[in-house]
Amino acid sequence: MHNDPKNRREFLKACAAAGAAGVWVLLIPRPGAAQRVHHIDPSLQVPDWMDHYYAYVIDLNKCIGCGNCVRACKRENKVHEKFFRTWVERYQITDEDHVYVESPNGGHDGFSGNVAHGKVTRSFFVPKMCNHCRNTPCTQVCPVHASYQTPEGVILVDKKRCIGCAYCVQACPYGSRFIDPRTHTADKCTWCYHRITKGLLPACVTVCPTNTRRFGDLKDEDDQIRELIHNARSSVLKPDLNTEPFCFYIGFDRAIR
Amino acid sequence: MIYTEFSFPNDMHIYWSLMIVTYPFITGLIAGAFVASALYHVFGRDELAPVNRLALLTSLAFMLCATLPLLNHLGHPERAFNIMITPNFRSAIAGFGFIYTFYLTVLALEVWLSYRPDIVRAYHQSAGLKKRFWNALALGTHNVSEEALRLDAKVIYVLSVIGLPAACTLHGYVGFLFGSLKSNPWWSTPLMPQVFLLSAVISGMAMLMLIYLLLAWRGLTTWSFACFRSMAFFLWLFLVFYIVSEGLEILFFFYESSDAWYVISTLIFDKLWNTFVVLQIGIGVTIPFVLLSYLLMADVKERTFIALTALSSAVILFEVWMMRWNIVIGGQQFSKSYVGFRDFHPEWLEKEGILPAILLTLLPLMILTVLLKLFSVKDEASRAK
Repeated sequence: MHNDPKNRREFLKACAAAGAAGVWVLLIPRPGAAQRVHHIDPSLQVPDWMDHYYAYVIDLNKCIGCGNCVRACKRENKVHEKFFRTWVERYQITDEDHVYVESPNGGHDGFSGNVAHGKVTRSFFVPKMCNHCRNTPCTQVCPVHASYQTPEGVILVDKKRCIGCAYCVQACPYGSRFIDPRTHTADKCTWCYHRITKGLLPACVTVCPTNTRRFGDLKDEDDQIRELIHNARSSVLKPDLNTEPFCFYIGFDRAIR
Repeated sequence: MIYTEFSFPNDMHIYWSLMIVTYPFITGLIAGAFVASALYHVFGRDELAPVNRLALLTSLAFMLCATLPLLNHLGHPERAFNIMITPNFRSAIAGFGFIYTFYLTVLALEVWLSYRPDIVRAYHQSAGLKKRFWNALALGTHNVSEEALRLDAKVIYVLSVIGLPAACTLHGYVGFLFGSLKSNPWWSTPLMPQVFLLSAVISGMAMLMLIYLLLAWRGLTTWSFACFRSMAFFLWLFLVFYIVSEGLEILFFFYESSDAWYVISTLIFDKLWNTFVVLQIGIGVTIPFVLLSYLLMADVKERTFIALTALSSAVILFEVWMMRWNIVIGGQQFSKSYVGFRDFHPEWLEKEGILPAILLTLLPLMILTVLLKLFSVKDEASRAK
């Protein structure tokens, strides 16, 4: 046997040819691709994303725990029966600082009875949902850009792109995400994106009888939500995690998890 | 404030189950076996020559199966390649495809170069279809002149030097996937990559020692007690580093006593008492540490040394599997409310159940058995005879 440079050269040539063929297959557009790109209905109204930045305010002093919001969300978004895009928790705190929290069926059917033992000194309801954080860990960890933030600040999931790895579910500190057993993809609150882009309010806000839930556009100077966020003392969930939620709570309590 | 137990309504499911336990276990074995090979090639530990070729083949066999648990876990495995085609570089998972591909390339090249003379010899000694098979494996180049082999050796050395940090990155990165999630106090610690890496090294080393013993017993490889003893020493050394890292991690949680300690203490003293305290620490860490420490200090007979080291290796493999379980499952046994807990009982036959996990763990060993039929793992001197 001997050192055969020709043999080696032929081998390298074959490798280069195979590589070039691979690149060609990947880069050459397939027949029909161009037509598909141009086949967009010209009359389609595309929302002007840059003109809005949405925020959500929950006034805990007003919530009565009726569960209307949970039911409306389930109906509007066809949420899986075992999971919740929004839910309501009830806190009961006794004079000995014992905290009793419950959310039976996500508050879907309202609340009944008293779960606390002892003298209850504070009792209130806490609606929860995706906080649509500005510095959100869920879009950060999504390996394929399936979870993303729209220019209006809404966090969405592209179900046609999601690979169902559940990393975003693990990364969300608020328990707002879940894997939908029907689609095997991540699911979460969208602030009813299909409604707000048409100028409507999210379903949960529309049905709230006490005005606990408020939704608005921070870029709209006439929107009351700007005044509410700037003037009222509010807090966000788990501020220490620096996720910068855009869901603000008025009347926050230190017991809230 | 004292909370009664409460979980967020969506926090009722354990999404990362046995497949995500199996995945770091398998990648750990790859990294560990490769470290054994690198100790020989890069650090000049010549006594490890008898296991060098076996270490490479073992790494390759496990590497070929490393992605399978992940694919089985995904809700949409058919979209898995999106991780490499349209990656989100801000995501830790997005790096997996690239790190895996890079390390697989380095490993495959090193294995091919190491076994090239064997492949060419088999090519010349066979005929018909077999000859075609060996020719394909030789990639059409049959030059095994001294000059060519010298060049191969140089390239193998370079690949080992590149491969060692790549192997460490592959597994340290798995730890980073967990350690970088600030939403989870049981995972969120900068020590996590280090703990994963060191546990990978000890599991890979332990498995290699067991396979080496088995092959030597069957006469399929060259037996060297010096080699086995050296591996036992490195196993003990990395075990000490591992115990210190894991111990420091728990000590930090306890000493800081932050909000997270309630969750972590409940895990340790209740939910994970059996799997973490009793099985992982009480048995998995203590027995091998005591045995290996004794064996390295005392003057014992060769048979005793081999038997007790083999026992330690088997227990270490069990310990590392339990560690994966306790990290992955333990980290999901509490709600993000940090005051609610849940149990996990895997089923045998579900998609990510016990049976698929066992099969996926055994598959690399089956591949290794096939590879051992094709290639000899005996060292140079024995093969020359």
